[in-house]
Amino acid sequence: MQKSIKKIFGRTEFYVFALLVVLSVLIQFRSGGQFYTANNLVDIASALIVPGIFAVGTFMVIVSGGFDVSFPALASLSVYATTKFMLNIDYSGGILLPLLMVIAIGALLGAFNGFFVGYLNLNAMIVTLGASSVFKGIMQGALNSKQLAVIPEGMRAFGTSALFTATNSQSGLTSRMPMAFLVFVAVVILAWFLLNRTYFGRGIYALGGNPASAKAAGFNVKRTKFIMFILVGMISAVAGFIRVCMMQQCHPTNMLGMEMNIIAGVVLGGAAITGGAGTLLGCILGTLLIVMVENSMILLGVPTTWKSVFVGALIVIGTGVSALQVLRANRSASRARTMTKEGAK
Amino acid sequence: MAQALLKATDIQKSFAGVQALKNVSLEIMPGEIHCLAGENGCGKSTLIKIISGVYQRDGGTLEFDGKTMDKFTPIDAITNGIQVIYQDFSVFPNLTVMENLAFNTELAAKRRIVSKKRMRQIAEEAVAKINFQVDLDALVGTLSVAEKQMVAISRALMFNAKLIIMDEPTTALTKKEVQALFDIILKLKEQGIAILFVSHKLDEVFEISERFTIFRSGELVVTGSTKDLDDKKFTFYMTGREFNDKTFVAENLTEQPILETRNLTLDGHFQDISLKLYGGEILGITGLLDSGRTELALSLFGIRPATGGAILRNGQEISIKTPQDAMKQKIGLVPEDRLSEGLFLPQSIADNIIIAEIEQLKTPMGIFDRKKRQEEVDHWVKEMALATPDANNASSTLSGGNQQRIVLAKWLACHPEVLILSGPTVGVDIGSKHDIHAILQQLARKTGMGIIIISDDLPEVLENCSRVLILKDGRIVHEAPTQEIDEKTIVSYMM
Amino acid sequence: MTEVKKHYRSNPHLYRLLAITVLWMLFMAVTRFDKFYTFKNFQTIAAQFPEFGLMSLGVMLCMMTGGIDLSCVGVANLTSILCALLMTKLAGESGVLSPATFPIIVVVVLVIGALCGAFSGLLVAKVRIPPILATLGVNELLTGICMVLTGGAALSAFPKEMTTMLAANIGGVLPVRLLVFVAMAVLVWFMLCKTTYGTKLLLLGTSEKVARYSGMKTERMLIRTYMTSGICSALGGLMMLSTYASARADYGSQYTLQTILIVVLGGVSPNGGKGKISGVILAIVLLKLLESGINRFQNISSYYISLIWGGVLILAMVMDYVTGDKRSRA
Repeated sequence: MQKSIKKIFGRTEFYVFALLVVLSVLIQFRSGGQFYTANNLVDIASALIVPGIFAVGTFMVIVSGGFDVSFPALASLSVYATTKFMLNIDYSGGILLPLLMVIAIGALLGAFNGFFVGYLNLNAMIVTLGASSVFKGIMQGALNSKQLAVIPEGMRAFGTSALFTATNSQSGLTSRMPMAFLVFVAVVILAWFLLNRTYFGRGIYALGGNPASAKAAGFNVKRTKFIMFILVGMISAVAGFIRVCMMQQCHPTNMLGMEMNIIAGVVLGGAAITGGAGTLLGCILGTLLIVMVENSMILLGVPTTWKSVFVGALIVIGTGVSALQVLRANRSASRARTMTKEGAK
Repeated sequence: MAQALLKATDIQKSFAGVQALKNVSLEIMPGEIHCLAGENGCGKSTLIKIISGVYQRDGGTLEFDGKTMDKFTPIDAITNGIQVIYQDFSVFPNLTVMENLAFNTELAAKRRIVSKKRMRQIAEEAVAKINFQVDLDALVGTLSVAEKQMVAISRALMFNAKLIIMDEPTTALTKKEVQALFDIILKLKEQGIAILFVSHKLDEVFEISERFTIFRSGELVVTGSTKDLDDKKFTFYMTGREFNDKTFVAENLTEQPILETRNLTLDGHFQDISLKLYGGEILGITGLLDSGRTELALSLFGIRPATGGAILRNGQEISIKTPQDAMKQKIGLVPEDRLSEGLFLPQSIADNIIIAEIEQLKTPMGIFDRKKRQEEVDHWVKEMALATPDANNASSTLSGGNQQRIVLAKWLACHPEVLILSGPTVGVDIGSKHDIHAILQQLARKTGMGIIIISDDLPEVLENCSRVLILKDGRIVHEAPTQEIDEKTIVSYMM
Repeated sequence: MTEVKKHYRSNPHLYRLLAITVLWMLFMAVTRFDKFYTFKNFQTIAAQFPEFGLMSLGVMLCMMTGGIDLSCVGVANLTSILCALLMTKLAGESGVLSPATFPIIVVVVLVIGALCGAFSGLLVAKVRIPPILATLGVNELLTGICMVLTGGAALSAFPKEMTTMLAANIGGVLPVRLLVFVAMAVLVWFMLCKTTYGTKLLLLGTSEKVARYSGMKTERMLIRTYMTSGICSALGGLMMLSTYASARADYGSQYTLQTILIVVLGGVSPNGGKGKISGVILAIVLLKLLESGINRFQNISSYYISLIWGGVLILAMVMDYVTGDKRSRA
């Protein structure tokens, strides 16, 4: 019992969760009770959908010991191509066909990353950096992308359909919980199952821990990386797709630049940048932390121009604290070993 | 006589025209402990990789368990009962013991979905085979080196292994742990498993193996029963040279100690260390891996500054908080782990030699003096007899012995008065080992340098040091001139 | 002959870049000679690349230590915004900036850069945050400060005397901005090749631990390197101010990735310990030549440039992979 309590306290997830609670209580007081209201919570949940799905993909790559900065460009290109194509053929059907198409394109673009990172074993950060540039070039050059103010009816309907509507009893403000939240939940559950209950997923962890051993143990390292990047491509494309549906217009470039905040959230949640360690729960909590900070500025009465200052400070302090923890742990670990031995005598 | 378990005959292998193995043969009987020895680069790793299916041989025949093995993969080798335990153990530090143990079996069975129950069962069976007590849910990264090795051995046993190849398994183990490992090896032998034990440590070869094979430069030198082998012969077979060991006798000691510590303490590692080092002597410090010997060296060099006590240099109390402080006091440290602490492996031999003295290689204007640098490099390449055609080659192109000479050159170039060496010949072939010892003895004798050798290689300490200090649990438990003490006595103080 | 061969063998990357550059110049000569090979065009190129060229120099140094600097754009924007504010202040009521104040501004630029860089350096060297996260956080933080200072709007109402001077061409020929870049490049080259800093930097990038065990002041080296990078970025910010004649929190956001692209293309290993300034400078120039060349083709969208950059980067890595693989096979 005591051991399991200790385990909980020793985990990053616990601290991130504690920070979330403290922060929410703080906002609750500062805003005169506006945080824990039905509509605000629904707003935050709805704001979590897109970054949350992106974070799941990023989390996988980071656990494998890699790095991906191309997912916003990948998502933008897949969803732009899909939307444009659907508009061109005057598609009027449901959500399924565009969704399948966007996932297919995402998989293809992911395979591009996966080929260079997996089969040629090139540095993931640099490859995805180059890929990001390539995807953007294809979108803006070859597809000559412009803002699409109208999106196909099926996508619009999906983006605006609500699971339920929450009403703030005081102000009467309402917020709709988008249907897309279910997609987020589904992605998280699928990813959890994949990472923890299949040997493919354990292979991703193994790879992040020690690539040479992974090979020796019988994991197909190259193929694992390749397939992982395809999956990440598919996940990212879904995130981009949902974003466009929810915004009800397709702006080709406004997802670009999101990568750093997503990565920051994943790392804040305890994923080791060197690979091999981290949990999906932490990843979601870390992302939620960033989303919450970004979305609570108004409640706190802080001008939105301060947003980046807060997020930046959060990254520096959050990563700084965990870095110092690692330092201290390393130092005391070797000490503890000799100490216990002396105590045993 | 029974049929051989492994029969490799006239194996050939070349890499880009260079013959790594020239018609070598190796025969291992079922349940036999066989030692394969040879200096670095003699071809023993190449042969292991051929036996385990990592490399394809160019010529010769290979029979295992009565079957001829042609064109096979590592997986084929494993299914036939050949297991290799590499030096890094191939474990996953970020995963649990259970997962580390179960992965191979599960993957070999082409399973896709994880079952914790099945994994635990596999893991329990595995550790039971060698009676290994461990928390299956602990992360492997938190285990000690010896425990990691046990994980690797347990894992190897799960495939009905008939032959287990251990590649220098004792390198990072303490004496006690080596003993435990040997017990396990004997237990495996009882179960009829043959062990190919790769080592270049003489005492281990004698203690554990029944038969031995020695390679030199890709050729088979000798194979036979360990009973017929002695020190002299072993060294001769390994190197092709003969050495006459002479115990070092210090001459011309300084009257004053050039380095002295009084009650030096590093919390949690060592306490109240008071020692004196005289110029011209070689002082040995020995103890088990966790006796604080490594940390003592690090404290004297300022990497982990001492938390209490005093350090005196030529009678003057000094403070050493950083390596720069130590270097100002003309103290140098050849660290324990050459690969991660001593050498910039991918960088040039030249840069590795001059890096510690680099601030001295400036013109009065502060410009990097390339000519002086080149002179220094040329000087030390010659002085240390480094076997390289070009000092601009990466250090990784050299053998362990040559690499250690670079580290030594790096410090000698700074003209230290006190030189501390932590495990100076770990992973160094016998020829280089003798050369390094000769260099150290000459330095002490000729230049009046004070040298501290920290090592658990007792023959090394007895042969090269004039005095020895024995550490246990962070304290000095005994001090004696090396002429008045033997290995057995030292071990009894260490344990 | 053998000297050339030897030089080629030790710098295959550099020669490959050179070959790409020459091929591109030939291609432009054949297809768009009169439009590309004009004095004006080369002058424009020379005036434009310094802003990201300066930042690339800083990123190069950080990458040589095995780190990275993602904060260069934040530093540049903060510098240009603070400069614009400072210029307004210094000009006072008259609204005219006297040349006597120029040195003050330059000093302020250098100080801002050094301070920002030192902050990242401290986080990396002392707090031990992985550089990629530390500089990412600092970038976000600095961008945030920029947003707070400007409210997100462009600052363009400031005296332009100094920026006009920086945007001018000496004798109508030589862009002042090119001079600033050359001066900084020479300084960095001097540090890398003529002092012991360069050797130490590459060794530090190979292994920080070994560097420490060799008596190197590793923390100071790291902080100094990130400071230099900050100074490079701050100068880049000043160049941006003169290019746009305005300052904003989100100018030049494409440069974060672009600088890394340049540095890697220039042959610096992302793992640290390997790289040459000559390669990076060649990569800076090559990228600008590519961009400018593409712009000579009216029917090709200028957006293709990012496709080409990404393609060139991946191609360069694949080429390294192919040749590197051969070497390891031998």
